[in-house]
Amino acid sequence: MYGWTGKIARIDLTRQKIEIQTLSPDTYARYLGGRGLGSLFLQPCTALNWDHPDMPVCLFTGPLTATAAPTSGRSHMVSMSPLTGLMADSSMGGKIGVQLKRAGWDGIVITGKSDLPVGIEIADERITLVGAKNLWGMTTDAVYQHLAPKKAGLACIGPAGENRVRFAAVITDRHHAAGRTGLGLCLGTKKVKYILVSGTGRTRVKDPEQLKKAREDIFRLTAASPALMGQYGFSRMGTGAMYDLMDNRHMMPTDNFCATRFAPAGKLNANAYARFYSPRKHGCKGCHILCKKISTNHTAGTPMPEFETMSHFTALLGLQDIQLVTAANQRCNSLGMDTISTAVTLSCYREIIKKDFTPVSLLGMLEDIALDRGEGNALKRGAAAYARSMGKPDAAMAVKGLELPAYDPRGAYGMALGFAVSTRGGCHLRAYPISHEILRKPVATDRFSFSGKARIIKIAEDLNAVVDSLIACKFIFFAAGLEEYARVFSAVTGLDVTAHDLMAAGEKIEYNERIINSLKGFDARHDDLPARFFLQPGTGSGQIRVPPIDRAAFVQAKNAYYAVRGLSTDGLPTKSKAKQLGLPWKTW
Amino acid sequence: MENLVKKYARKLVDAGLAASSGPGIPLVGGLDHALVWNTTAPEIPVLEQLFQHLNINCLVFLRPSPPYDRIIRFLAGRALKGSGRILPQDCETRTFLHDLPVVEHFDLQAIVQALKQRKSVIIQGLDKENPCWGPVVIAPGNVSPEQGFVGVSSVCFACFVTFFSDYLALLKTGNKDPHMDRVFDQVLPFVQTQKSPLPDLMHGPFSKEQDVYAAMVQAGQKIVACGLVDSYFGNISYCWNNTLYISQTGASLDELTGCIDPVPLDGSTSAGITASSELTAHLDTIGRTGCQAILHGHPRFCVIVSMDCDPAQKAACPFSDKCHTHCPTPRHLASVPIVPGEVGSGPFGLCNTLPAAFDTSDSVIVYGHGLFVTGKTDFTQAFSTLTAVENLCTNRYLEQVRHLRHG
Ligand code: SF4
Ligand SMILES: [Zn+2]
Repeated sequence: MYGWTGKIARIDLTRQKIEIQTLSPDTYARYLGGRGLGSLFLQPCTALNWDHPDMPVCLFTGPLTATAAPTSGRSHMVSMSPLTGLMADSSMGGKIGVQLKRAGWDGIVITGKSDLPVGIEIADERITLVGAKNLWGMTTDAVYQHLAPKKAGLACIGPAGENRVRFAAVITDRHHAAGRTGLGLCLGTKKVKYILVSGTGRTRVKDPEQLKKAREDIFRLTAASPALMGQYGFSRMGTGAMYDLMDNRHMMPTDNFCATRFAPAGKLNANAYARFYSPRKHGCKGCHILCKKISTNHTAGTPMPEFETMSHFTALLGLQDIQLVTAANQRCNSLGMDTISTAVTLSCYREIIKKDFTPVSLLGMLEDIALDRGEGNALKRGAAAYARSMGKPDAAMAVKGLELPAYDPRGAYGMALGFAVSTRGGCHLRAYPISHEILRKPVATDRFSFSGKARIIKIAEDLNAVVDSLIACKFIFFAAGLEEYARVFSAVTGLDVTAHDLMAAGEKIEYNERIINSLKGFDARHDDLPARFFLQPGTGSGQIRVPPIDRAAFVQAKNAYYAVRGLSTDGLPTKSKAKQLGLPWKTW
Repeated sequence: MENLVKKYARKLVDAGLAASSGPGIPLVGGLDHALVWNTTAPEIPVLEQLFQHLNINCLVFLRPSPPYDRIIRFLAGRALKGSGRILPQDCETRTFLHDLPVVEHFDLQAIVQALKQRKSVIIQGLDKENPCWGPVVIAPGNVSPEQGFVGVSSVCFACFVTFFSDYLALLKTGNKDPHMDRVFDQVLPFVQTQKSPLPDLMHGPFSKEQDVYAAMVQAGQKIVACGLVDSYFGNISYCWNNTLYISQTGASLDELTGCIDPVPLDGSTSAGITASSELTAHLDTIGRTGCQAILHGHPRFCVIVSMDCDPAQKAACPFSDKCHTHCPTPRHLASVPIVPGEVGSGPFGLCNTLPAAFDTSDSVIVYGHGLFVTGKTDFTQAFSTLTAVENLCTNRYLEQVRHLRHG
């Protein structure tokens, strides 16, 4: 086989055994890698609780990993979410994916539970379980310093993952977070503190010349993309470049999504960070965009917050201090917590308790959550559980338990629909409609209309399922498309595949997740948004009105989505559609 | 969706790419919960099947008007004798469409196969008995009918440029192709050799922000209306009050209302992330020249002439496969510099070559791409320069052809 190594390591922590599993070429072609293969391994365990020893935590690369394909350095982690009860998955940056592939593995599937803290060390074909008692309790920064991975890829959890914080993250190579859905706790519950990987092999590529050509086509497209390589694009400014735009478009979630404009935003934008921190570029292995930013001056080495963190740790919480944002970001990363979920949980708390944070109380509360102290104990279960426990469920700005990112859905109706129907809860990345609703790519759509959005969202979800499985970075799809990536895929694997064929694989992967979630009891009732968005307007101004979303129009769009996706009117997968897609029907 | 399918059908007619009635009427379909078309037509049942076979939500079917029909028929025939693809060399097509697949007949499977790989397909369709006779260009989209509109329009543009470029290159090598001569003679009457007179534009310098917006919207509309450039290619900017007002990426020049980004020169906001991909080139040009207005479009003969390179020189050139980015020969058309550079601000982006070229001229052609012109305080001068340079290019082209054909 080209592209894939053909080997998956099954690591059983309970029995301390490692087995090699192989899959048929047909399975690889159907599920690709990353998120697709992860869900395949998750499927048989759907009936289990997220913390059942047999519940796997999967880390998969894709066929493009460790090749010259642009932005192919990422990997994908999959399990069952302690936060949402849905399938959990998160894209993982850094270099661990490349190292894993070079070590000869398409992925690892971790099952069982260790009695004592453990590290998984992979050096080419050698996989060792190493006692990690001395690292338990350490922050992710401390683990990094202690293990000094150098060229190896390191994924680890912080205290949050150990202390059952439901939105605990996995931090890779110090600066990259697989933040969403609580995967840090999935590892923590198995007592896995870290995964350290180094490899010396190479991914076999069928047609390097063709790959080079396809790569150049993609480079040309990214160079032409203002959002990626432009003067204010991600490459120069980081994802924080979105901050001004969200303010401009009146869709910056403010005061726990009660408003959509934040007056001091102009002082808290990417430019403010650039002036204060003089950041340099940094990024995932093999990426030419390099959207991460790290400071260079007296604050040298400080990672700049991503857009979501910049927005939520200012507007959402009513704070206006970029140094505090940077500190909170660092604190969340080193404690191993998702910044989005953390901020939304804190803003839910702020709304209910009616008390503003000070810099000291904010940073203190982050520690309290991660270390399970004081009020942190109630907050560590996430916004939805906390709000419920306080008798104020409407204060939780989450969909299916996953806290919402920094795009107010009243300002982008595709985003509203995308949040509601996403298979991992309140997530902007499944359909990523920001591309056409805000960044005008491939063309602009009317952001205040549901017209056409049902099909657009469905198609985009399929696309992103492919992207998470190949694996490539979602950002590059602001410029390139599967048309170009199908050529990359064919050059790497030697399989004669079109963009359309890949989309068909994406549809299967998405539908499979719907099946898994339906078995967990999720249906149309859960594909909804917090009531606030239907009842309260956002912040308008002269030219822009931000009315509440019309519920009837939303429901109509959701029903249209179900029809296009081949779900029942209850939002449930059907046997006939599963059969048509060649998916097993609840037989595991 | 109903509005959109009608809008883009109308735009194709307005652009002279399609007829407003009869079998040449463009078909635009959009699918949400139901599939809607701008009109009824015998081709629609077949086109509807494309929606079942492809992950799309819209589609444009264009039976192009003259001269595009003849040009595309010729290029399609030639492609079908070879790789089955037309390989345009202009920058826009190389970047966004790569190449243009061609199929012989209105055969569903062949069309589907082509569209699974590329953003457009050309159907030669010689069989006049078939209700779907050609040539036809089909382009789908997965977001909005605008994609199909841009797709078919780009194909027409690319084919136009390819045909005239190839013809000149053929004549220069001394080879003969009577078929191509014939097609050239047929399409020549459709080539607009003298563009319409200059419209009356708002006079600068402008002192109010709303005047800046109004002047940009007006210049965009007029430049498209007079047939100089296509609406979906190009960008426009005006510098006022330490802010560059610039058209957004993907904005149509004739629909700029609400699609202009104010970008402060001090970089204090990054709202310019949605600005044109040529933002950096505009900023640097303004900074270097002190001009306030910039117009950029893709007038066809500017693009064609910019790629004209002596065959012997080309054969000996080590960069002949990288002309767009590496052409080392200082080139001019009269006093207008021609510089290499790709779209955007990548390492080979035109932002690295364009601004300096304005040191000696108020207009610069970018190889295989288009024309940038500056105006001191408003768009009047820019507009007239753009017209003059395109006229110059058209005449230069036609003179060369006349000379090579008839001596
Ligand atoms: S764009 Fe950013 S997130 Fe994506 S691969 Fe590159 S560095 Fe990683
Ligand atoms: Zn251009």
